[in-house]
Amino acid sequence: MADAFDEMTGVDGTVQPAYGELARWLAEIAPDILAFRRREAEVLFRRFGITFAVYGEAHAQERLIPFDVLPRILAAAEWEMLRAGLEQRVKALNLYIQDIYSRREILKAGVVPEELVFQNPVFRPEMNGLKVPHGIHVHIAGIDVVRTEAETFYVLEDNARTPSGVSYMLENREIMLRLFPELFARHRIAPVENYPDELLAMLNSVAPQNTSTDPTVVLLTPGVYNSAYYEHSFLADKLGIELVEGRDLFVMDQLVYMRTTQGPKRVDVIYRRVDDDFLDPLAFRPDSTLGVPGLMTAYQAGNVTLANAVGTGIADDKAVYSYMPQIIKFYLGAEPILKNVPTWCCREPEHLAYVLDHLEELVIKEVHGSGGYGMLVGPQADKQTIAIFRAKLKTNPKSFVAQPTLALSTCPTCVDEGVAPRHVDLRPFVLTGRDRIRIVPGGLTRVALTKGSLIVNSSQGGGTKDTWVLDQ
Amino acid sequence: MLSRTADNLYWLARYVERAEYLARILEVTQRLRTLPLSYAGSSNEWESTLATAGCAHAFSRAYAEANEETVTDFLCFSTANPSSIRNCFEMARGNARAVRTALTVEMWDAINGTWLELQRFGSGTRSHEEFMRFLRWVQESSLRFDGSAYRTMLRNDAYWFSRLGVYMERADNTARILDVKYHLLLPAHERVGGPLDYFQWAAILRSVSALTAYHWVYRDSVKPWLIADLLILRDELPRSLASCYQNLVLYLDHIGRAYGRQGAAQRQAQSIRARIENSRMEEIFQTGLHEFISEFVADNNRLGVTIGEQYLI
Repeated sequence: MADAFDEMTGVDGTVQPAYGELARWLAEIAPDILAFRRREAEVLFRRFGITFAVYGEAHAQERLIPFDVLPRILAAAEWEMLRAGLEQRVKALNLYIQDIYSRREILKAGVVPEELVFQNPVFRPEMNGLKVPHGIHVHIAGIDVVRTEAETFYVLEDNARTPSGVSYMLENREIMLRLFPELFARHRIAPVENYPDELLAMLNSVAPQNTSTDPTVVLLTPGVYNSAYYEHSFLADKLGIELVEGRDLFVMDQLVYMRTTQGPKRVDVIYRRVDDDFLDPLAFRPDSTLGVPGLMTAYQAGNVTLANAVGTGIADDKAVYSYMPQIIKFYLGAEPILKNVPTWCCREPEHLAYVLDHLEELVIKEVHGSGGYGMLVGPQADKQTIAIFRAKLKTNPKSFVAQPTLALSTCPTCVDEGVAPRHVDLRPFVLTGRDRIRIVPGGLTRVALTKGSLIVNSSQGGGTKDTWVLDQ
Repeated sequence: MLSRTADNLYWLARYVERAEYLARILEVTQRLRTLPLSYAGSSNEWESTLATAGCAHAFSRAYAEANEETVTDFLCFSTANPSSIRNCFEMARGNARAVRTALTVEMWDAINGTWLELQRFGSGTRSHEEFMRFLRWVQESSLRFDGSAYRTMLRNDAYWFSRLGVYMERADNTARILDVKYHLLLPAHERVGGPLDYFQWAAILRSVSALTAYHWVYRDSVKPWLIADLLILRDELPRSLASCYQNLVLYLDHIGRAYGRQGAAQRQAQSIRARIENSRMEEIFQTGLHEFISEFVADNNRLGVTIGEQYLI
């Protein structure tokens, strides 16, 4: 694998303009300042209780995500290109889902194979022909983007179900403002603090037509044991809306109510962070205790908006991903602004044959996997792991896709040895409302803290950075 | 406000109050066990502590004998006892975490800090000295939490529900002490205890932190019927039944006014308070102290159920 593009020093060591001030500042400061601020940041995070849970770890029930104190910086022009690409991509995702659950023109045109939709376990027949409020399915999308060269951004993954991480984007900025006022004073940085306001405006805009002018919006969480519970409570607090669990809601005459100390109160919009499967035990998994019995009937009657809609999973798994360039062209008649990583779908025999021949150089992912679990990074894996994946691929090729190992860009990162380059990705959040699409400049930058590692997921030891979009 | 949020705030306050009460009665037991047997009476002080904690039944299912080791373990650190101090703090913090956004930063700091500190004590203490430090720490944690709620919470329904939790628990605890020790408080001619009950009486006062208060109120040596008077009828004492019900009526009134509706909870609380206010100690002794307290405990439990039905589910 060739040397990665460094966002501060490029390929030849020349400091990029966006990083000019940061580079000067790093050269000026006393060497122990960064270590000191790092410790300070950790104290702040722990005090605020900003934690997440890692599934499968009995003891580390609440853990901190490591935070890197050096910001990741994007120039205004870079961001503008990204923003346009994200908007285009999310528009196409919404049109695709709308089409799949109604006229299915894209299937008739043979652009996307039918079995990819109908044999997909996240396809929801309950959504067929359903007119969701204002025709929006993906209200909140998190699009994972990586960079390989100065001008080359790839979308790595679309998250169209219940993307998380936005609380870190907001908290990282707050912590940075506290820790590095002098560094901020040297820059003009687009703010992210208005994200909760934008989110609330979007949620208000998508209330069902027949509700009052002042809709009641709630955030539905699986509860305190969910790994993203901190984020749920954080957002509910910032939005000033009730954080509800399934048992706080009930459905009567196809209307949704929450139980309050003053009796039942009608609910119009549910920003739900509960997966489809657990949303309504009468419609989906009957053993779910997290959901609201009858919620789907209220939804189907058009009396409540679910954000995101049910069944959006058909647009974001890794097999559909490989068709995204065609999907964008089909609905928008335009070339994709953001590139797609070339993807081999192992369900197709000739692709599988190629993948099995090149396991050592490819990244293998499960079609329905997430969080960096069940993944093989060929160039970094030992022989035994490769053998295990070879067997998996042969027995169940449909469950896997493969991609070339991208040389993800690096950013200067504060590690034990000092400041060193580490690989990063970026998850910006795209909000689609009735009136318009809103994207707060920036997003969550995740960084692989281990030298050379390409896996940035927090569940695999990744950290986060504040992401700055400069105003020039 | 969500019913569940109100429920979490109510139980958060109750569990913190309960932890403090348990620490207090254990501290008293530690004092009594240092007295010569002839002073403290021949009864097993540890059994009496279990009864005062309301845990005698659950204890007998887990242990054969009530002694220092088994009782302190059961009341402080046991995970099998749902009301152990450890579990009280665990539950309090669990409730707090579920309603993070309804708490002030100071309250969260107080309860989360307590919970983090609790891990340090592990599953027990190694010496008497450390044990006494633990009991002090539990009481200080409760004071810190209560103080942070009092000083930082908005005076709205969230605050009122949390106060209801404090006073429901406190009334229950005071009533339980009276229920277990009533025989010590009967007027002299009816008394069944020995002549050296003085230390037992002082212990009762200590367990509601009222030994000094007693002297200020009565300016008299410790007399059992005055202790009963103090714990039941005197509204100056923050842990008396009268004071608890004054507060329960007050906060239920606030809620009723804010919501524009009075309900069964308001009516029941007012009638219990009226009964306490209209009682005289002589009458209570005449009709039977034990009967009076038993009836109160039942009434108090009924009010708890009513508050739950009216607001919390």
